[in-house]
Amino acid sequence: MSEYKAGSNLEKVLKAGHFAFTGECGPPQGANIELLKEKAGHLKGCVDAVNVTDNQTAVVRMSSWAASLVLLQEGLEPNFQMVCRDRNRLAIQSDILGVYTHGIRNMLCLSGDHQKFGDHPESKNVFDIDSMQLINTVKTMRDDGKFLNGKDIDVPPRLFIGAASNPFAEPFDFRVYRLAKKIEAGADFVQTQCIYNMDRFREFMKRAVDMGLHEKCYLLAGVTPMKSVGMARYMAKQVPGMEVPESLIKRLKGAGKGKVAEEGIKFAIEQIHEFEEMEGVAGVHLMAIEWEHRVPEIAERAGVLPRPQV
Amino acid sequence: MIVAEPKPIKELLEMVQDFNKILVIGCKGCVTVCNVGGLKEVGILASTLKIARKKDGREIEVGEHVLERQCDPEYIDEVKDIIDDYDAVISLACGVGPQFLSERYPSARIFPGVNTKFMGGAVEHGVWSERCAGCGQCVIHYFGGLCPIARCSKSLMNGPCGGSSHGKCEISDDVDCIWDIIVRKMMAQGRLDELVKFRPPKSWTTARDGGPRKMVREELVI
Ligand code: SF4
Ligand code: SF4
Repeated sequence: MSEYKAGSNLEKVLKAGHFAFTGECGPPQGANIELLKEKAGHLKGCVDAVNVTDNQTAVVRMSSWAASLVLLQEGLEPNFQMVCRDRNRLAIQSDILGVYTHGIRNMLCLSGDHQKFGDHPESKNVFDIDSMQLINTVKTMRDDGKFLNGKDIDVPPRLFIGAASNPFAEPFDFRVYRLAKKIEAGADFVQTQCIYNMDRFREFMKRAVDMGLHEKCYLLAGVTPMKSVGMARYMAKQVPGMEVPESLIKRLKGAGKGKVAEEGIKFAIEQIHEFEEMEGVAGVHLMAIEWEHRVPEIAERAGVLPRPQV
Repeated sequence: MIVAEPKPIKELLEMVQDFNKILVIGCKGCVTVCNVGGLKEVGILASTLKIARKKDGREIEVGEHVLERQCDPEYIDEVKDIIDDYDAVISLACGVGPQFLSERYPSARIFPGVNTKFMGGAVEHGVWSERCAGCGQCVIHYFGGLCPIARCSKSLMNGPCGGSSHGKCEISDDVDCIWDIIVRKMMAQGRLDELVKFRPPKSWTTARDGGPRKMVREELVI
């Protein structure tokens, strides 16, 4: 048996001790494969794996597994995201088998945003299982070769299991324990919510390191460059569980007209540098929302290129 | 209790527009307690219907009756001698009542007069809140005596999700995040070890997902 759990590029990079750099790509709101290829193309060579979101914010898009396959064909490594909102345990397990069969090796397990604020608020949600149980499902399928009902799987899927963590949601004191719980449930790597409040994140990481969580799991810090003051304000007010300090909004405003995006990128690069030095942080997850074309520049300026070949 | 709200009068008028003799039947159970289907509300609905139709120039006759409970065949029987005098019945009970009436009186036209909302209770005067989703296998003792199945927007067994903020759920500032309450309560009780314990997927066989439910208690069957 291989020394790897799944043998994805991301797993290899992390295991070799490199500082990982992952990106993100939202599938199109339609069957526009050219658009998807174009977005993904910007990330090629700049990141170790690309998260492919699953009807993010409960807005209908091309399915994450299908878009992940397109990425594979384009020579990128997908990190297939799956939410529990839209599937019951039958669909979840069959999709896991399906994506593995087609060569997908990373999977990020999420509960999913509630449909209330999406584009189909009238829909029924599923939530048969939650993200914690989804993590454990993938692990059980991989390591025990069993379905949730205990029956044997004929050729188990081998996926590198990802989880999300929001260090800024409340209750703050419990967040690191919930992270521990996800690791215990089977998470191999964790990508955090976008970080803006560095003080709070430092505190969170200190607690995680004190508990030895960084030794059991690879922790990737989430970075989303701010494009405008409006975006910062929106994130601060409208996105639940997101923390944007007033000082950052001030800094962006201070940059002056036409220079806010550059200031946002500067802040993101400073963050990446600090994360490289921060104990317990194994990499960065860059979520450049609808800004994929800026990723090469950010990666270049952050000094994370070229990406390691393992 | 079962909490319900009145249907808008416009909707009710449309429902019964073809009928001229209507019986409004209330219930002394939950709907009396939540002020939608008791004696008082039956009276109010009867006069509202009469006034509205009179305005329309199509006067109607409205009978009023309140049963002890509409979820009990014994009490449903009580209207057997009068129900045929009417062309239509509006039940102000929860969704159970009009169905018991429909089953007991196959030729009668029965209409629901309320929207049945949830199982819960009044948290303050005029405010009701959900507590139970009737999952059929109660597990609240794992969660500080609070139900994440009914009260977490995602029914998380291992919450709270990343959307919890300032004690509120990501779906609305009007909705408490029950997981925030569970975590704070259990941490205050020194039960962190239970909180970090993995809760496996729930079996929904006892919930509505297992099909329409029926319960037989042999010792009570005559
Ligand atoms: S666990 Fe089930 S039975 Fe118990 S309160 Fe919640 S929904 Fe109701
Ligand atoms: S915010 Fe709280 S109540 Fe709402 S879905 Fe998340 S854990 Fe559940």
